[in-house]
This record gives sequence, C-alpha cells and structure tokens, in this order.
Amino acid sequence: MRATAPTCDDAGTMPDKPPTQPPTASQAADAPYPRLRRPVEGRLIAGVAQGVAEQLRLDPVVLRLAFVLLTVVQGVGVVAYAALWMFTPSVPHTGPKPARDWAQLTAYAAIGMALTALTMLTVGTLRGFGTWAIAVVGIGGLVLWQQADSLRQRWVSGAVRKVRSSWLRTAFGLLLVVVGAIGFLAASGELAAAQTGLMFTGVVVGGIAVIAAPWITVLVKELQDERRERIRQEERAELAAHVHDSVLHTLTLIQRNAHDPREVLRLARAQERELRNWLYQPRADADRTVAAAVKRVAAEVEDEHGVPIEVVCVGDADLTPRLNALVQAARQAMVNAAKYSEASVVSVYAEVEPEEVTVFVRDRGKGFDLDAVPPDRMGIRESIIGRMERNGGAARIRTAPGEGTEVTLTMKREEP
Amino acid sequence: MTTRVLIVDDHRLFRAGVRAELGPEVEVVGEAGDVDSAVRAIEELKPDVVLLDVHMPGGGGQEVLRRVLGKGSPVRFLALSVSDAAEDVIGVIRAGARGYVTKTIGGKELTDAILRVADGDAVFSPRLAGFVLDAFASTQAPPIDPELDSLTQREREVLRLIARGYAYKEIAKELFISVKTVETHVSSVLRKLQLSNRHELSRWATARRLV
Repeated sequence: MRATAPTCDDAGTMPDKPPTQPPTASQAADAPYPRLRRPVEGRLIAGVAQGVAEQLRLDPVVLRLAFVLLTVVQGVGVVAYAALWMFTPSVPHTGPKPARDWAQLTAYAAIGMALTALTMLTVGTLRGFGTWAIAVVGIGGLVLWQQADSLRQRWVSGAVRKVRSSWLRTAFGLLLVVVGAIGFLAASGELAAAQTGLMFTGVVVGGIAVIAAPWITVLVKELQDERRERIRQEERAELAAHVHDSVLHTLTLIQRNAHDPREVLRLARAQERELRNWLYQPRADADRTVAAAVKRVAAEVEDEHGVPIEVVCVGDADLTPRLNALVQAARQAMVNAAKYSEASVVSVYAEVEPEEVTVFVRDRGKGFDLDAVPPDRMGIRESIIGRMERNGGAARIRTAPGEGTEVTLTMKREEP
Repeated sequence: MTTRVLIVDDHRLFRAGVRAELGPEVEVVGEAGDVDSAVRAIEELKPDVVLLDVHMPGGGGQEVLRRVLGKGSPVRFLALSVSDAAEDVIGVIRAGARGYVTKTIGGKELTDAILRVADGDAVFSPRLAGFVLDAFASTQAPPIDPELDSLTQREREVLRLIARGYAYKEIAKELFISVKTVETHVSSVLRKLQLSNRHELSRWATARRLV
C-alpha cells in the first residue's frame, strides 16, 4: 500500500558508506578504469587525496594520513601533493562549491605537528623538553578538534573515547595545549621574557572577543533558526509523504470501488484506524502491551470480516505469554461475533487491573443456544474456553437466541 | 414539544448529514460554522441543545463553551468529534459539555443522546467511560476531596458496563436498578469529572494520547 516501500528496501540492502564519502565516489567506482581526477566535494585542500582515494578505492583518510606521514619524514608528501595537484584535472562542478571541512584540515595539521615533534625526539636532531611540549600541543589540538563534531569520532583513540562527557575531553585538550605551550616557553628559557608578550596577547584576544561577541551571537542564533527550519521542513515532508501513501491512496481505491459499499466501508474504516494510530498512538509501544495487542487483533478481524469493532482499553500491562493467550482467545471471540452474530458492530472492552486482566467481547446480534453447539465446533470450545483454561484463566459466555452474545475472558496476571 | 438543536461544525457537509439523520423528536433551528457565529447564534436562537464540534477554527468547541457558559447561559452542550484523543475528550467535558459522542454515531443514537442531554442527563460513549475509569484509577495519591476525587463502587460498575457497550436500559437490567438511577450515576460521574480539581486528571489526559 505504501509507495515508498521499495525505496526503503533499497536503502536497507545498501551497504553502509562512511559518512565522509561523497556521492561522486560511487559514480567513479562504476567506470572500469576511472581517470585520476580531483573532485570538489569532500576535498580538504585541492581534492588530491580524495581523487587518489577514489582511484584506489580506499578511504581518503588513509591517503591523507599517508601524505602527512610523508611530509613529516622528508617533506616528500608536500612535493608529491603539489605534483599531483598540478597534473590532475579537477572534476567539473556545477552549483555552489561545498565548503571545506576546516576542522578536519586542522586535525591533520595537528597530527603533522605531533608527528614532527615525535620524529625529532626519536631521530635526535632536537632532543629536549621543548619538543615534547610541541607534541603535547599537537595532541591537545587533535583532541579539541575531534571534539567539535560527532562525525569526527573516528579520530578518537579508544582510551579517549571512554571518557564519556564531552566537556571533560574539551578540558583535557585545552589543558594539553596550555601546558604544552607554557612548557615550550619554559624549556626554551623564554617564559620570563614572554610575560609581557603573553599579557599583550591576552589583551588583544580579549578585545577581539568583545568585538566579535555580538556577531558570534547572531551567527549562533541564525544557525539555530536554520536547524529549526530544517526540522520543520523534514516534519512537513514526512507528513506529506504519509498523507500521500495512506489517505490519497485509499481515496483512489474508494473511487475505484464505489459500486461496492462493503469494500468502501472496509477501506474507510481501515484508513481511519491507520490515521488515528498515526496521530494519537504513542509511538514507543510497538506490540509489547496488552492494549496494543487487543487493538491490533481487533483491527485484523475488522479488516477480514468487514464488521466494525469498537475497542476500549483501560490500563495497560506488558504482554506475557499468558496474556497473549488471553488476547488470542479474545480474537477468536471477535471472529465469532463478526462472522456469525450478524450484528452491525462489536464492542470490545479490555481492563487491566493490578491482579487480573479482563476482556469483554460483546455483540447485539442473534445469539445462540450454548448447549446446542455441536462438540466438534472448535471455535468456542478449543480456541476460547480450552485456551483460557490451559493458561489458568477462565472464559464465560453469556448468550441466548435473539439476545446477543457476551464473552468474558479473565486471566490472572503473573507474579513478576 | 420538540427539542430545539443548533449544529456547530465547520464542515458544511457534516452539518447537512446530521440534519438529515436526526429523528422527528428534535428540530434543527440553525447551524454555525465557527466560534463567533456559534456564540451569536446561541444568544439569538436560544436552543435547548448545541451539538458542538471539538475542532474548529478560532479556538474550537472549548472556546464556545467558555464564552457561552461564562455568561451563565442555561443551554446544554453535546460534544461531537472525530477525535478520540483523551485530551480532547476530557478537555471538552471539563469545559462544560454534558456528553461526548464520536461522529461515527448513528442517527438514532444521536437523537437519543440529544434528548438525554436536553433532560439534563449526561451522555457517555464507551470510550469516554474508558477514559474516566482510566483517569480515576491512574493515581496512587490520596484524593484531596474524597467526595469529588474518587468514584463509588456503583459508579465504577455503571461506567464499566458503558465501556462494554451496554445501553442505559441494558445497564439498568444488568444491575437491577432503574434507568433513572443509571442516569443519576452517570450525571454524578460527570459532575466529579468537571469539578474535581485533581491535577492528575488533566495531566493524565495530556500524558496519555490514547486512541
């Protein structure tokens, strides 16, 4: 009935792509021998790493780390990057150019810095306290930057990720940067000399903060507004999709079946129920509770037999195996009422009390003589009375020819 | 003497449908399609019963109830809606309607309900009875006013039978009491529902967005 179902299936069977991989990657992968090109989407500097990654069908992160590593070692990375940049054509791109992910770029820079410092330490050109300080600054910067965006969680090492609260990680990163910076100054013996400079820097940064504050506030507010607007649009789109898939579809079916009043009634009832569920039903409960299960079986019987079933539920409880048996017995009672009673409507009332659950299924139909029911009629004896007794419950049937039928099902709730 | 009825609903087709379905015991004296014209029509026509739609432009049925009953008008309201949401049902009853039925109700039952409301009695649909049972059962807190904040055993029995789909006459037979006594019990429940200032009631209604 839903037009969107096939696309949902498609989405479900598609392998999960890493979020940073742009749509161009899959297009390039379709061609047998794709040419090396620099895409605009997803690029950090000039799209070289992105392009090579597509060519080699690797994650661009691998390529970028490789470039950084090569740069640290002998500066080869920079040369290779520049060469590739010059000799590779860029992918033609229409529309506004997507913004670069500066945060990621900074993270790579931080890695490069940390690696350089560590290399110097191990290789031994600049052994000393100051180099350690640079490494510490680099790692701190890395922690801070990955923190800025949940998408960059992959930057976090397992140890850091264990620290759940984000402010703690932010504080940790800040601490590393500050300690590293001061450490570097102290190591190079310039801490005392730098004091005036630090003061000056502090004043300048403070001044800039004061000037930029209103602008940043506006920016943050605009961002929030934009996000809210986007959420609203998404909700609207969802609503439109739902109305299209359900209500419009049913209206079409009704027009097509206009000659068959029974079918029209069934379609209208089913659609009404579906719409009500969608509008008013709490979304969290799936089919885990008694009330939800009773409503569901009532809807099934209503669909199958075309007799409206009015359901009223009071209280609710989790669906246990015994209560499920109760619901199934109630379903059989509804089927009997819809099939044989000739009543125009069936009333179902389910009440969940602290000790027991009771379901009443009632119709004002023609009724029957209980003693005259042949022993082989499985519906009542097995599916209702037998099922209830096997599960420790009770079924009572009150009926007489011409007086309608009421089936009362009682089941004790299990001890928790 | 026929009962004079005003139909308030923003759907013209629905008003026409109700008009055609009602029995000869009631006379439709007018129709209104929004809150303002409804308030005006009630003042001019002085109907016995107003059939009131819950959802309408300009504040809905509750706004009409507030403006009309605020002036001490003796007119009685029967709420009629497609919505079965608890907050709508409880809301419109607490605002002063004498009963609540859904729009799927048949012409015969609707006529009966109008006559009952005209007589000063209350009209509970099975679903409304279920809501009331649920709302009054849902709290463990001790009632502030024991008379208003809890249902008697008999009232509970009556509500339970309404929820099971019994008509007043069938309830009377089942409990060996008169129809008049059934009506008294239901009116008493309605009074408790309207006057009880238990916070739980409203909170329950908004928290449980039930069908």
